[in-house]
Amino acid sequence: MSKANTTVAPSGEELVFTRPASLVDRPTHYCPGCHHGIAHRLVAELLDEMGVIENTIAVASIGCSVFLYNYIDADGVESPHGRAPAVATGVKRARPDKFVFTYQGDGDLASIGMAEIIHAANRGERISVVFINNTVYGMTGGQMAPTTLIGQKTTTCPAGRCLEREGAPIRMAEIIAHLGGTAFCARGSLDSVKNIRQAKKYMRQAFEVQAKGFGFGFVELLSGCPTNWRMTPVAANKRIADEMIPYFPLGVYRDVVADGTCGSMVAGGE
Amino acid sequence: MSRITVSEERCKGCLLCTQVCPVEIIRQSERINQHGYKVAEVPAEDMEKCTGCASCATICPDVAIEVWRGKKPKKSA
Ligand SMILES: Cc1ncc(C[n+]2csc(CCOP(=O)(O)OP(=O)(O)O)c2C)c(N)n1
Ligand code: SF4
Ligand code: SF4
Ligand code: SF4
Ligand SMILES: [Mg+2]
Repeated sequence: MSKANTTVAPSGEELVFTRPASLVDRPTHYCPGCHHGIAHRLVAELLDEMGVIENTIAVASIGCSVFLYNYIDADGVESPHGRAPAVATGVKRARPDKFVFTYQGDGDLASIGMAEIIHAANRGERISVVFINNTVYGMTGGQMAPTTLIGQKTTTCPAGRCLEREGAPIRMAEIIAHLGGTAFCARGSLDSVKNIRQAKKYMRQAFEVQAKGFGFGFVELLSGCPTNWRMTPVAANKRIADEMIPYFPLGVYRDVVADGTCGSMVAGGE
Repeated sequence: MSRITVSEERCKGCLLCTQVCPVEIIRQSERINQHGYKVAEVPAEDMEKCTGCASCATICPDVAIEVWRGKKPKKSA
């Protein structure tokens, strides 16, 4: 819930939920029920709550969220085709005083930009990554992504993804967690009120490890793409619970603050 | 008493809010907005049941819902 919640009406009623100040008040181009809208709101709420919005540089990617800069009221760089972690590396190294995050889909991050994300995490770049896993290339019409589930029908695997032919769906949070520079890594989901609230807590931790200089912060968000799944938004949320979460378990995969190893990750630390 | 407002300009009629309300007061209206979506509403007579829990606003992908939480009505002696 946004912190901009102190508005009190003459009747004594209190406004407890409203649009965060950093989320631009305009209609989005997203389909009904698309979870990009929820993820954008959570990002904007955190930038407001952490007080970093004036100091933020967003690095957007390719995919349906390509127009991120139209919605989040921060400075931004557009870096399509998986290169966002490389561009964010340059931005952060040039301006270490800035809060720098990337926002990337699964086609962008786990396919086209697999090299960039792996090496940015391994180097421990002081950036934060919001990774939207909706198991398809949404923007281009629902082609198979590295995250597409076995048996899931897409336009490029009309008979369903086949393990023998295409390999198993990639679990990014598990991979990123094991790289040396990763300070925080978790997987949340946007399919239910409870999971959305938990996802925001994970996003805050992924943002704070950057703000505190501990290292690379990563949060994967299981998200719905009702249009390309050819489902209603309500059915899409059920699919996340029934099919995605069992394969992509939710939780924290690395947390150097909880481990007590964060001291060794600060430059010049132990 | 608590209440919500639904922005009929922003609502896309996805109906996710209707699934999460603990007192089941949100429904699809017959009104179609300028984008062609049938918007969500709480019938006036049901609004007093709203608990102000903000579940509907939390799940709304289009930030169309605002939630107002009222002072608990004083019990008359
Ligand atoms: C060099 C190049 N390769 C591929 C594309 C096509 N393209 C546009 S968006 C996109 C990926 C979209 O998928 P994802 O990152 O999962 O984002 P989503 O839309 O699902 O949120 C691709 C491959 C392109 N425009 N240019
Ligand atoms: S195609 Fe999918 S990811 Fe893109 S806006 Fe529509 S629902 Fe969202
Ligand atoms: S705030 Fe809670 S009780 Fe009120 S309409 Fe929304 S979901 Fe229902
Ligand atoms: S969740 Fe939001 S967009 Fe969807 S029907 Fe409810 S108010 Fe409208
Ligand atoms: Mg995708």
